[in-house]
Amino acid sequence: MAERVTIDTDSDIVLARKTVKAVAASVGFSPVEITELVTAVSEIARNILVYGGHGVMEFTALPRGVEVNASDTGPGIPDIDVAMQDGWSSGTGLGLGLPGAKRLTDEFEVTSTSGHGTPGHGTKVRMVKWKR
Amino acid sequence: MKIPVLVQESFLIASIQEDLSDDSLLSLRDDLANLISRHRATGIIIDVSAVDVLDSFASRMLRDIAYTARLRGARAIVVGIQPEVAYSMIMLGLKLTEVDTLLDLEEALVALRG
Repeated sequence: MAERVTIDTDSDIVLARKTVKAVAASVGFSPVEITELVTAVSEIARNILVYGGHGVMEFTALPRGVEVNASDTGPGIPDIDVAMQDGWSSGTGLGLGLPGAKRLTDEFEVTSTSGHGTPGHGTKVRMVKWKR
Repeated sequence: MKIPVLVQESFLIASIQEDLSDDSLLSLRDDLANLISRHRATGIIIDVSAVDVLDSFASRMLRDIAYTARLRGARAIVVGIQPEVAYSMIMLGLKLTEVDTLLDLEEALVALRG
């Protein structure tokens, strides 16, 4: 069963962190693993808010891991390879969101359809972190 | 949620609680810049020992606070970064090299008293 958090304001980032922390604890993650996953979720939640404006995050407990699915209906990322580079930022951050979240998790996929007004445009991120 | 700032000697001490929002960090940055002159503060201590996540935004705010303090004639020290928070910051690629850090409040008070 997935826990679902809608991302609309900056207090939703706090809620997303709290929610994934509880899911990670229920799977038996260590304090280090919990902090790594919560940090990755915090970065992706902020990306949704800053770039997408609105989105949803879902957290699913797996037998030995946690799966995170995030999606927004924003303008999308024109070039994902560029966005995955450290230091690249089109916003106000440090440009570590996507590459940082990738390093903090075990599986990381980002798909994006760019262009306003295109049906189905937006960005989707799927991350999985496994218990060591 | 507003982050309370205590005044001790000529130092401002802010303890950040667990669930900090981006907005509360932005207000803290602005509050501290103003409190420096009101209390003629020479030092600022930011205690993050209760914080279990320091992401890129929080790190940028800590850096901004330290820069602002320096430009206003005060020295800022961040204390209490927990071990797991430190590991995650490294993985994320955060450096915080421009910000002074010490183990705890006690060490920071000693350093600021100089």
